[in-house]
Amino acid sequence: MTDVTGVAAVEEIRAEVLRALEMAATEEQLEDLRVAYLGRRGKLTQILRSLGSITPEVRRETGAAANELKEVFEEKLAARRKVLADKKLAALSGQEKIDVTLPGRPYLRGGLHPTTRIIREILDTFVSMGFAIAEGPEVEWDRYNFESLNIPKDHPARDIWDTLWVDYTDDSGYRPMLLRTHTSPMQARIMETVNPPVRVVVPGKCYRYEATDATHEWHFYQIEGLAVDEGITFGNLKGTLYEFAQRMFGEERKIRFRCDYFPFVEPGVDMSIDCFQCDGDGCRICSHTGWIEIMGAGMVHPNVLSSAGYDSSVYTGFAFGMGPERIAMLKYGIDDIRNFYSNDLRFLREVGD
Amino acid sequence: MDVPLSWLRQYVPVDILPIDLAHHITMAGTEVVGIRHTGEDWDRTKIVVGHVQKVDPHPNADRLSLPTVDLGEGETVTVVCGAPNIAVGQKIAFAREGALLFSPRSDKKEPLKATTIRGTLSTGMICSEIELGLSENHEGVLVLEDDAPTGVPLVDYLGDAVFELELTPNRPDCSSILGVAHEVAAVTGEFVTEPDLSYEETGESIKERITVDIVDSSLCGRYAASLVTGIDVKPSPKWLQKILVKAGQRPINNVVDVTNFVMLEYGQPLHAFDLSKIKDETIVVRPARSGEHLTTLDGTSRTLHPPMLTIADSENAIALAGVMGGIETEVRKETTDVLLEAANFDPINTRRTAASLRLKTEASYRFERGIRPDLVTRALRRATQLILEVAGGKVAKGIIDQYPCRQDPIILGITSSRIKQVIGTAFDRNEVLTVLNSLGFDQVVDESSEDSLAVRVPYWRSDIAIEEDLIEEVARIVGYDVIPTVPMSTPIPHRTVQPMIEFKEKVRDLLVGVGLQETISYPLEDALTLDSVQHKQNKMKRIKIANPLNAGVSYLRDTLRGSVLKTLKSNRRISQRESIRIFEIGRIYLSKGDEKGVVLPEEKEMLVGVLSGPQSEQSWHARTREMNFFDAKGVLETVFGALGIVAEYEELEDPSLHPGKAAEVFVGGQSVGIVGEIHPLVLNHFGLDDGSVAMFDVDLKELQTSISKSTKTYAGIIRFPESERDMALIVESLVPSSKIQKIIMRHKLVKSTSPVDVYTGEGVPKGKKSVAYRIVFQSTRSTLTAELLNRAEGDILRQLQSEVGAELRI
Ligand SMILES: [Zn+2]
Repeated sequence: MTDVTGVAAVEEIRAEVLRALEMAATEEQLEDLRVAYLGRRGKLTQILRSLGSITPEVRRETGAAANELKEVFEEKLAARRKVLADKKLAALSGQEKIDVTLPGRPYLRGGLHPTTRIIREILDTFVSMGFAIAEGPEVEWDRYNFESLNIPKDHPARDIWDTLWVDYTDDSGYRPMLLRTHTSPMQARIMETVNPPVRVVVPGKCYRYEATDATHEWHFYQIEGLAVDEGITFGNLKGTLYEFAQRMFGEERKIRFRCDYFPFVEPGVDMSIDCFQCDGDGCRICSHTGWIEIMGAGMVHPNVLSSAGYDSSVYTGFAFGMGPERIAMLKYGIDDIRNFYSNDLRFLREVGD
Repeated sequence: MDVPLSWLRQYVPVDILPIDLAHHITMAGTEVVGIRHTGEDWDRTKIVVGHVQKVDPHPNADRLSLPTVDLGEGETVTVVCGAPNIAVGQKIAFAREGALLFSPRSDKKEPLKATTIRGTLSTGMICSEIELGLSENHEGVLVLEDDAPTGVPLVDYLGDAVFELELTPNRPDCSSILGVAHEVAAVTGEFVTEPDLSYEETGESIKERITVDIVDSSLCGRYAASLVTGIDVKPSPKWLQKILVKAGQRPINNVVDVTNFVMLEYGQPLHAFDLSKIKDETIVVRPARSGEHLTTLDGTSRTLHPPMLTIADSENAIALAGVMGGIETEVRKETTDVLLEAANFDPINTRRTAASLRLKTEASYRFERGIRPDLVTRALRRATQLILEVAGGKVAKGIIDQYPCRQDPIILGITSSRIKQVIGTAFDRNEVLTVLNSLGFDQVVDESSEDSLAVRVPYWRSDIAIEEDLIEEVARIVGYDVIPTVPMSTPIPHRTVQPMIEFKEKVRDLLVGVGLQETISYPLEDALTLDSVQHKQNKMKRIKIANPLNAGVSYLRDTLRGSVLKTLKSNRRISQRESIRIFEIGRIYLSKGDEKGVVLPEEKEMLVGVLSGPQSEQSWHARTREMNFFDAKGVLETVFGALGIVAEYEELEDPSLHPGKAAEVFVGGQSVGIVGEIHPLVLNHFGLDDGSVAMFDVDLKELQTSISKSTKTYAGIIRFPESERDMALIVESLVPSSKIQKIIMRHKLVKSTSPVDVYTGEGVPKGKKSVAYRIVFQSTRSTLTAELLNRAEGDILRQLQSEVGAELRI
């Protein structure tokens, strides 16, 4: 501590501090300086703190000088800090250079199965049209899979659905249990448990006793749809499926409805879209017809409604069923359905992206 | 069903292009899957029917000749011909200069050039089949029927289109040319002319000679027969052979060919018996006797059982009703008298018989689809007429027609209100009637009213039973495309949610988010695969498939583990070193059968994942390591964390998991699955190399239920700061970390804790381990002082010392 007081003391400090600021070469030295002069016990702080014990005349002069020095010091300190910081930054670009062309640290990426992806996409369009989603059993009774759908035992239409049967024979010599050949048994199951109106879509696995090739699998998914109420018409069937097809395949697609036969609907419908590969001129994808079949549909057969306990003179409805793999094949350009469940990760990753 | 256009035209005019016709009938429900054309590329002016006037020898070559051909309208031309079969009077196919013909030499189509052959100019050609693209035959010129009109374009005489129809099971009528003709008439507005069925009966009365007895009329509702005697069995005339070949049938002899022709024409199967082989000239339609033998026309000896239906004579079965004739009574060259049969057999019995004998025939196909009995006598008369025409002989007077189950014509009403209700659009009554008339439905005026139009279903249609069937008839002929397209306007029904559906999707997204790839596999497995990954508690009866596609897919899986390990294996074949992280969400099928009766199996949604190979691909950043138990557990913890689930893990012994590296997962005290490394023996079974494969197997139903029980509430953010302390402990190796954590967590100021270091080895006594925990303290009421923290640490340590013998590591 110096014994010089008053303005002289301030001026002494000024000379000292300004020199020291110039000399300081690091952030740490600057901080030390700040503490030495402006810290709790700093030189300048002490002068400011001792002002109360001196005469008013000297106090004013000394106070003014000390405060002015404080401001100058703070200003210079900040300026000096900036100079040092800039110097440091300038040095960085030379010292801490990395090879930005090296690969980044990998993060894990998973993927959905293409079937999951397409089913979500299909269900979303129907959910937005007011359909609820339901699921049902894959191991079914003949009663639900066939009989309640207007396909009695020994009906020739059963040839459409080659069936995998559960190894169990009942007393009458029939096998009553099977792997469902379509999601349609859920039509009966739903109508048995819910009163109209009904508007529901059912995704799920189905099975057929069938040799596999590029377009046939014995294990596949289906999405079933059912809408029943007073006043549901064939025009509504067209309207709903038209909406679906346009959302799924684009607004420029043409849609065709032709007569087809399924025992559980009357009238029966086959819906096709015009081939997006050849725009209807005919190519391999559309078997040179210009049209690609997307799904079967129709007005729910009165026998199906009444066997589920609905009054078929009051309620009408439509049902439809489609194969999501087939739709995925068309949308993503997959040429072999066997790719889906052989689980080659290269395929799943490529299509799942 | 193959339908030649030329045959179709015998009953209905067709003035539109084959491709347009195909489109119309496809739209109306009978799909044309292909059209085979003959002659569509024959130039109308350049390829015509010629008549050979004379054949002069070629002056310079013995093998060549110079035929002169009449091309009509006074035009004749002489050309050079190399065919040995050329003869005066023949009708032939003549190609003028410039006609595009197939050249066997260049193997493509070329325009015909005028050429000088051995000094004689030839400006045309008499064609063989190969040049016209009809066959590979170029042995001689194609000789046409004598009735071929001279000078007309060949395509008009010989050209044809064959429609390949894919029939739906409800339309056996379309397995006949006449049935298709009615469809064509309806879509084109033309009319069908049915064949004339008249012939002269000059023989004795059939009833004097032949006895027919239907023993079981429930299996045979109608049986009719005619008799033609003194016939000459020989190859059919060319027109008949040609038309059968076009329709895909092989000509056999004139009698058999007629029965096939009429079957295709009317859709009614017929059979011709050699009368001399029928004992006592008696026909008995009866169920087979048990173990009765019959050698069918295909030469196979078959053992029959009731209720298979047979046609028998007074002693033995001579034919399998509705399926195939017997070889004994087959019509052969030496046959002179034939008994012609047309009958209506029960669809179900025919179907079962054909199925159990594995003998599907053109006849059984039609009978099992339920053809109408009204076809019987029409087809019988038509066949009788044609046999007389092509095989000669005398027709016996009358026919036998046993018709115990007479079916009245079906009359149905159709109302405009119901059409509106089903279709959504009103149809004019006249329009409805016009469409129905065009399909062969006649109005029944007596039964019609102002609302309801009553119509008689045509005799060939067996698929029309209710009003909706008529509505479809109207809609499909008017065209589905013209029915207005209307969005649904009825209120959206209340939606009941199956929580599992959304839950599965959420879990899928979370797993994909932590880097796992979803797979989907077949739910059928072989018993060995299922056994090899048997769960510890699963010892139920598996569900077996009666008719599996192969032995590898004969059981419904009762675990998903095998499926996912198989997927791992198949991908290991492709890449041995790759990091593989996969999961599958799928069902397992658990038998619930008991003594009382069989019930459907329980179908449980399961989640199985496996992780194998390096944790990351080798990179310059860091050395990688093999994934293990803790990678699988980490996946579960992340997913559970996102779902707000707190799980506990307890050591587990499971025969398919690595001893000591498996844990059972509990949520709220309920077991929801396992996580562990696969037992080396199991890896071996799947052909997977040693090295760790980590797996989790979770029951999604249990998991989903456990969440819905604990609804998560927002606790709020505490505004006082957290303080962290690390505590290093020495404990017995066997003390589970979860136990230590629980003790630490019991202190009221502890917010969370987790182990940050686990170490055994140098510096740690044998049988002990060093574990360090990071403990996060926080108070809801104040900022924690060092003093408070020290006290809390001391409290925790005392508890650890007394409960698990832990010591502070210094
Ligand atoms: Zn195309």
